[in-house]
Amino acid sequence: MPDSLNPTVTPTASTAGQPVRFRGGGFTVKRHPWAALGAFAVLIGLWEGASRLGLASPLFLPPPSAVAHALAGMVTDGSLWLNLKASLARIAVGWVMGTAGGMLVGFAMGIFSTARAVGVPLVSAFFPIPKIALLPLFILWFGIGEPSKFATIGFGVFFPTVIATYSAIDQVPRNLIRMAQSFGLPWGSILRSIVLPGALPGILAGFRITASIALILVVAAEMIGAEYGIGAFVLMAGNLMQTDTLLAGVLVLSLLGLAIGTVLSQLERRLLNWR
Amino acid sequence: MRLLVSDLTHRYDDLTVLDGIDLTLAEGEILAVIGPSGCGKSTLLGIAGGIVAPTSGSIRVEGEVPDGCLNPITFIFQDFALLPWRTVEDNIALVLEHHKLSAAERRERVDSGLRRMGLSEFRNALPKQLSGGMRQRVGIARALAVRPAMLLLDEPLSALDAQTRELLMDDFLELWRREKTTALYVTHNLDEALRLADRVCVLSRRPGRIRELVTIEVPRERRQEPSAQAHLAEVRGRLWHLMKAEAQMADREIARA
Repeated sequence: MPDSLNPTVTPTASTAGQPVRFRGGGFTVKRHPWAALGAFAVLIGLWEGASRLGLASPLFLPPPSAVAHALAGMVTDGSLWLNLKASLARIAVGWVMGTAGGMLVGFAMGIFSTARAVGVPLVSAFFPIPKIALLPLFILWFGIGEPSKFATIGFGVFFPTVIATYSAIDQVPRNLIRMAQSFGLPWGSILRSIVLPGALPGILAGFRITASIALILVVAAEMIGAEYGIGAFVLMAGNLMQTDTLLAGVLVLSLLGLAIGTVLSQLERRLLNWR
Repeated sequence: MRLLVSDLTHRYDDLTVLDGIDLTLAEGEILAVIGPSGCGKSTLLGIAGGIVAPTSGSIRVEGEVPDGCLNPITFIFQDFALLPWRTVEDNIALVLEHHKLSAAERRERVDSGLRRMGLSEFRNALPKQLSGGMRQRVGIARALAVRPAMLLLDEPLSALDAQTRELLMDDFLELWRREKTTALYVTHNLDEALRLADRVCVLSRRPGRIRELVTIEVPRERRQEPSAQAHLAEVRGRLWHLMKAEAQMADREIARA
């Protein structure tokens, strides 16, 4: 194509030369805001339909409408609040205990080399134990009541919090600490003004993990021995073959997990708006 | 404030980065330190500022400290070292927090720093909202807030683009026109050294030794004038000649640090 290379001939934009073919598409994330809602609607619709058409036994897989009905019943007879209250109290006490202790130890391990040298092997040894396995021991120590459940949840939350906290402190940029030292900031100020806020993202990420651990452990502990609590409620419904009530309990747990996640997201958005 | 460095040597494990440095900074002098990467420029600065402990040798300061000086030896960092969770104003206030000052004086120091660096309208902005040049201006305002007697500048313009670098060099010139603060200015950029420094210290490749100390005869304020260009070109040629050989050899060595 000598013409297109000849500067004396001015080519018209639409005819001369070859068009450059677009080849940059794909590999980007597009938002589909209605897709999630649609997926839920289709799933629930199929499930309900299968049940109505007699493809699934309502005893073993009750339709969504029956689950919704059972949930409404839980609300009106007060059993929802009674059981939810018991579970929430256990999560709150156990989680706060484990988190407070874990952050204290995690900070010590993040700051003092000796504490880390002692702590890391201990944490590595205890962290992999499924904490629910210790519940029988805690029942022997503290009795069948609340303290053994608090201890199980607290213990389960403690180790991941320790790990999240000291790893978060490692992530605090050293240059900021050196900067503070070069301006003569005292040790306490460096801890308060730099290490703590700098470690916050990692600590909050740890909260997400420990909140779900607390939820798992509270259900497990309540299934082993509790009068009230969502875990006890689900177990009881299963024993009575009330599968609609059982699934209503499971639905409550799922919503509870979602609610905790939303609260943590809000907290992150508020506290970490600088990122 | 004067800085006296004598027979300073620094090793990281078995790697010697500085070897037998003798150097004196006069009151109000600006000394640029140039040299290839890894020659220990930043280590020298860290030692001078008391945040790196030297292996051997001594580093001392003497002389008067200006009125209201809270931190005689003060750094300006290459990466700005701003707290991302604090606003511009609070980043400056950080370095005053542990000093006993009246609320009015605290405010005055923050405000005058903001004003001098043209940051007043950004006082409530977070670092992520600012350009690199403005971030470094916050770093400078923070340093000014403690009224330093000596500035240690660790490649303060290296993270910035060429235009911003020019603008900030003007800011530095203005700063040194008003305050005669002694300064140790580490850079690998000859332009910066030729614009800002009274003397230039060329370090060899690792282990860093002083290759030469070159005095720039033209005063800082007159270096833009045509009559100064011949001298500056000659100094530049000499510095580049010294640097080039070191940089070439450093470039061909296998990095160990």
